[in-house]
Amino acid sequence: MIQTGLISSLLKGLLVPLCTYAILAVSLNLTVGILGELSLGHAGFMCVGAFSGAFFTNVMADAIPGTGVRLFLALLIGAAVAGIFGVLIGIPVLRLKGDYLAIVTLAFGEIIKNLINTMYVGVDAGGLHFSIKDTTSLGLDETGVVIIKGPQGITGTPKAATFTIGILVLLITVFIVLNLINSRSGRAIMAIRDNRIAAESIGIPVTRFKLMAFSISAALAGAAGVLYAHNLSSLAATTNNFGYNKSIAILVFVVLGGLGSVRGSIIAAVILTLLPELLRGLNDYRMLIYAIVLIVMMI
Amino acid sequence: MAILEVKSVSISFGGLRAVDDFSVTIEKGELYGLIGPNGAGKTTVFNLLTGVYRPDEGTIRLDGQDITGKKTIEINQAGIARTFQNIRLFKELSVLDNVKAGLHNHYVYSTLEGILRFPRYRKMERAMDERAMELLAVFDLDNEADYKASNLPYGKQRKLEIARALATDPKLLLLDEPAAGMNPNETAELMETIRFVREHFDMTILLIEHDMKLVSGICEKLTVLNFGQVLTQGNTADVLKDRRVITAYLGE
Repeated sequence: MIQTGLISSLLKGLLVPLCTYAILAVSLNLTVGILGELSLGHAGFMCVGAFSGAFFTNVMADAIPGTGVRLFLALLIGAAVAGIFGVLIGIPVLRLKGDYLAIVTLAFGEIIKNLINTMYVGVDAGGLHFSIKDTTSLGLDETGVVIIKGPQGITGTPKAATFTIGILVLLITVFIVLNLINSRSGRAIMAIRDNRIAAESIGIPVTRFKLMAFSISAALAGAAGVLYAHNLSSLAATTNNFGYNKSIAILVFVVLGGLGSVRGSIIAAVILTLLPELLRGLNDYRMLIYAIVLIVMMI
Repeated sequence: MAILEVKSVSISFGGLRAVDDFSVTIEKGELYGLIGPNGAGKTTVFNLLTGVYRPDEGTIRLDGQDITGKKTIEINQAGIARTFQNIRLFKELSVLDNVKAGLHNHYVYSTLEGILRFPRYRKMERAMDERAMELLAVFDLDNEADYKASNLPYGKQRKLEIARALATDPKLLLLDEPAAGMNPNETAELMETIRFVREHFDMTILLIEHDMKLVSGICEKLTVLNFGQVLTQGNTADVLKDRRVITAYLGE
């Protein structure tokens, strides 16, 4: 389609991010719309997934030559690590309610981002080396390669993520979320959202299902992060990439698309990601029109 | 045999002794009423029985099993289900899903089986649908199965809450002011429903109520609470004639 001029190169560059944001919106909808807890740290989980996925791809560069296989495994690993972070963060955070939970998740998102900014990780024949100071203090031998370079992040990740893979991951995400909602566990999660006390009174283990929804949501955000990382040659944990603005942007997709509506999340993510780019020609009026569209969608 | 045996249960909040030395024994199949003026501690008793609060003193036994101080979830699994004074339905879920949520611990399959749509998922969901529709039919709610719970009229919401509680297959059903906010016609219909539940499900029921017509109409035994203490208990007719009960309600 690019040859025929149907899709400009600008749009082509947006295809993978589109999938990424749609996945993020759908996964956050699981926490905000289905579980009913306002989380403002979704970019943090995306960040965890992005870094663990990209780290895996770079470490295994020689062991697994096929980029496709590596990306597939990286997606699984990114999702798993983000899921584990979801459980670890969920245990303390889900004790809180409403605004307090939102504030703490916001803080966790920032903490994760800043932690990764201070991390130096290298690999040599002797295994992994870890430091929070600088590259030299890693003490790598001559075979060593620095993979995570603190604020510079991870460079040299192959751009293995294609639109097809993005759509596939999005479809899998939608499949997981929709089937979860329409199952016994999903019903329990929504019951907790609607009335926690009544859910307890009919024997639904509230903490377990809250944690389940939260960590599945985190894992899916992690997979989105892996896609994101494999679309950039240089990945750094900057405010622009994984800051709270990103978390809020994802939340905007979810709220405008409709809480609990998977389809709505995808549509909102696509429109609101495309719009600023499509309006680039209008320059001065770009943000104005974006703001108006936001307001119109709200109404 | 006694289904519920409560012995000398007390709880204090700060300096207030909300329930003081409360004892009651309920036999299987009984329809038991807990009455008393506002603030007497009736709902606190329910919250103690269902594990919302832990008693400071005393023991609670359900069907011979000690459930004192257990968690709400464990107590439900042991066999106590309840409804609430201010209706607590899962508002955004359908009427059918409300009852299916009540079946949560009786038709079990894992989350993974649910996401991957294993055969067990289909089998269990079908069984759940059947059982839930049966329960809804009993309460004449089967035509509204697809409605959002919050769209039901008030009286039907009350019924749905009872249906959901019964879905957990309890030994003892606690009803917290089931007739609150109902007009006389609805109350009369509710009395029929409660009687029917007792017969149809062979259920033991403990209910809190202010509506004396309902209480005297269907309860066989009563316990009267006043300021957290048991004023008197016994057969309904005797209790309602008791001077102290009349004084507690109407004053000297």
